[in-house]
Amino acid sequence: MISRATRRHLASRLMTVLVVLLSFLAVLALILIFGNLLAKGASSIDWAFFTKSPVPAGQTGGGVANAIVGTAIVVGLSALIGVPIGVGAGMYLAEYGSGRFGYMVRFVADVLNGTPSIVIGIVGWIFIVKPSGHFSALAGSVALAILMIPMLARTTEEMVRLVPHSLREAALALGYPRWRTSLKIVARTALGGIVTGCLVGVARVAGETAPLLFTALGNLNFTVSVSQPMQTLSLQIYVYATGPFEEWHRLAWAAALVLMGLVLIISLIARWVTRQRYGSIR
Amino acid sequence: MVASANTRLRLETSHLTAFFGQHRAVRDVSLLFPAHTVTAIIGPSGCGKSTLLRCLNRMHELTPGAAVDGEVRLDDLNIYAADVNPVELRRRIGMVFQRPTPFPTMSIYDNVAAGLKVNGRWPRKQMDDAVERALQQAALWDEVKDHLRTSALDLSGGQQQRLCIARAVAPEPEILLLDEPTASLDPAGTQRIEELCHALKRLYTIVIVTHNMQQAARVSDYTAFMYLGNLVEVGRTNELFTKPKVEQTEAYITGRFG
Amino acid sequence: MASQPLLLHGTDRGDRIYRGALTGFALALPALILVILGVLFVNAWPALKRFGPSFLVTSTWDPVAEVYGAAPMIFGTLASSFVALLIAVPLALSVAIFLTEFSPRWLRQPVAFLVELLAAIPSVVYGTWGIFVLIPFLRAHVVPPLKAVFGWTPFLQGVFYGNSLLAGGIILAIMIVPYIAAVAREVLLAVPMSQREAALAMGATRWEAVRSAVLPYGRAGLIGAIILGLGRALGETMGVTMVIGNRHDIGLSLLQPAYTMAAAIANEFSEATTAMYHSALMEVGLILFVLTVAVNAIARILIWRVARGAAVGSGAL
Repeated sequence: MISRATRRHLASRLMTVLVVLLSFLAVLALILIFGNLLAKGASSIDWAFFTKSPVPAGQTGGGVANAIVGTAIVVGLSALIGVPIGVGAGMYLAEYGSGRFGYMVRFVADVLNGTPSIVIGIVGWIFIVKPSGHFSALAGSVALAILMIPMLARTTEEMVRLVPHSLREAALALGYPRWRTSLKIVARTALGGIVTGCLVGVARVAGETAPLLFTALGNLNFTVSVSQPMQTLSLQIYVYATGPFEEWHRLAWAAALVLMGLVLIISLIARWVTRQRYGSIR
Repeated sequence: MVASANTRLRLETSHLTAFFGQHRAVRDVSLLFPAHTVTAIIGPSGCGKSTLLRCLNRMHELTPGAAVDGEVRLDDLNIYAADVNPVELRRRIGMVFQRPTPFPTMSIYDNVAAGLKVNGRWPRKQMDDAVERALQQAALWDEVKDHLRTSALDLSGGQQQRLCIARAVAPEPEILLLDEPTASLDPAGTQRIEELCHALKRLYTIVIVTHNMQQAARVSDYTAFMYLGNLVEVGRTNELFTKPKVEQTEAYITGRFG
Repeated sequence: MASQPLLLHGTDRGDRIYRGALTGFALALPALILVILGVLFVNAWPALKRFGPSFLVTSTWDPVAEVYGAAPMIFGTLASSFVALLIAVPLALSVAIFLTEFSPRWLRQPVAFLVELLAAIPSVVYGTWGIFVLIPFLRAHVVPPLKAVFGWTPFLQGVFYGNSLLAGGIILAIMIVPYIAAVAREVLLAVPMSQREAALAMGATRWEAVRSAVLPYGRAGLIGAIILGLGRALGETMGVTMVIGNRHDIGLSLLQPAYTMAAAIANEFSEATTAMYHSALMEVGLILFVLTVAVNAIARILIWRVARGAAVGSGAL
């Protein structure tokens, strides 16, 4: 005869075990995916992989040089557009955003953060591809920038809000006008966090495929012209993984590993930046 | 804009009332701060002493919903007059806060120079001299002169507070406002800052808010006692503490409430 | 210096310029959402006019005959998201509960980091993994036993070739776990310690304290977290389109190919030849956009109540 107390303790134990098990299942999924990436992709990565462009369909070899450069250009351009607007909007929210307008902007940013990226791709198509009559890296960059802006707005706001009010007061008491306090003292103090937010945004956007499908489109050749279609790692992976050739599948894994590595490196740099200079703020 | 030590500047409030919304935190206070003296403002928590201080350099109005009635005169000038720029005003009045607030991304040198840079371009030599002078006045020069370019955060709490004092005096203000400057320091740090008050009053007119009566007795020439927003009594420090005229004052300084 | 007149008055001109510039940047956000809505609506109008509400319930998708009905995609979107939530919610909530209630301190950071990492994996990488690892695994080790036991139900009918609603649902589940977990964790962290302590002081076991004191307190936020995950799942494109089969079909069986709105746009937009085809796809985009905006808005409102406007879920890692 089990007592009620024992039954309750057993139930509690059981639930604890279940919770732990399910948690580790989630972690297991990650380990599996990473493991597969390494196992299937690492062997295909060599110097040629990084320096050559794709070879005609059906042949072996070739690389992703055009995709790597393309990713850098498309993402870089999108950062050029998205960072000023996103960080600026974030600064607004932190400095002046306590009123109703700020409330609305914040809400819109949060909602935009959940918008499907494919819809953003449509917007890019309508505004740049359709009028210009051709696909281009620029269109892709604009689409990615639209993705970045609400992301950066919120992370920037969060970082700037962390700056203690006392610092603002000290600057104001010295005779700093409000704009100078905001720029030279507050933003400078939060700079590490803002940069981290930008890097995280860039990393996320570097992995996107959907918004590029009908903006940047993709390109088998090596090009650096932003008014032409351009290849990115994500697009390359998509084409190769869904294609009919075994060779392509092998290359898809390798490219996926490279892309994942790129995203990881940027994210780790972001963490390192925060820890290095501005760890004292947090 | 440099004040010489001989200037007989006075700071004076005239029927000053400070509001937070509808609530009056400072009620009809008329108080005179003679030049080159240290005036302490004492009173229990919530008596309005910090609010009063913040009215003197127009920091109070930065709080949303805050308002001020009455006048504050810096010599002949009513600082609340419509044509006065509060930003410019604050450059003539220095303030040090309860917790040390060095700018975390700046070096010791840049922290001290922060108030100077906002006043236009300074040639290198002039700025170096001003920084050294300020650090000397704050009795910090000897401790930091060899590593002026290191981060301000490497200093101890007491040193950081002296750095904030140096930062506040670097632009050579006429008035120095201290809002419980030793509240977060240890006894050694507290003592050093109190010594500074004696030294600095040669150059500036000092108003210090403190909830520590012994500190007020040690440091100030005049003491004002506030309670619930009202100025209860003001007088020479040794008189107020030995022969208070108002019963409430006596009750406070003998510890019957507070 | 004796009373030098203080210059100027009122707010510095610099302040006004600065605030104006920042306001300009901030305006980009509401402008964006209006532009997206407007652009989708304008371009979808021909299809909206031609097909009206029947667009939502017709199953025919025939570019040649120019008859378009989005019912299969809408069904597939909802079904795959539902399956994803079924799998993801227990996993994500477990992670959140584990991290806030049961985890030893030294394990917290590493586990949290690893789960966050799931959000950093690009969608197309998930898709690749899905095609070459998940589907063969399902085919060899999961579907046969499932069919053996549950094959009589409508959910496991038909032959399993790989690309299926099931595969899509599983991929989606893994993708949304980190989002739900991150928000749920913040919600649970916001529950004051006093709640747990009160329950424990009354003799509750650890799990009972969680179930009776912590979870109900954070209920609104947790539901918000789940709805946020739903919002993510509805809009996911690449991972899903690579494994779901992309077939305009409605069926209850998890083993059959299906379609989602996002996948349809991804697959067919570049191939669309006529203006009406484009317009129909735009209408699909419009429906998807409105749906995700509504779902996200509800989620955010629920979360804001608990986590007070913190930028939760805005940037993993």
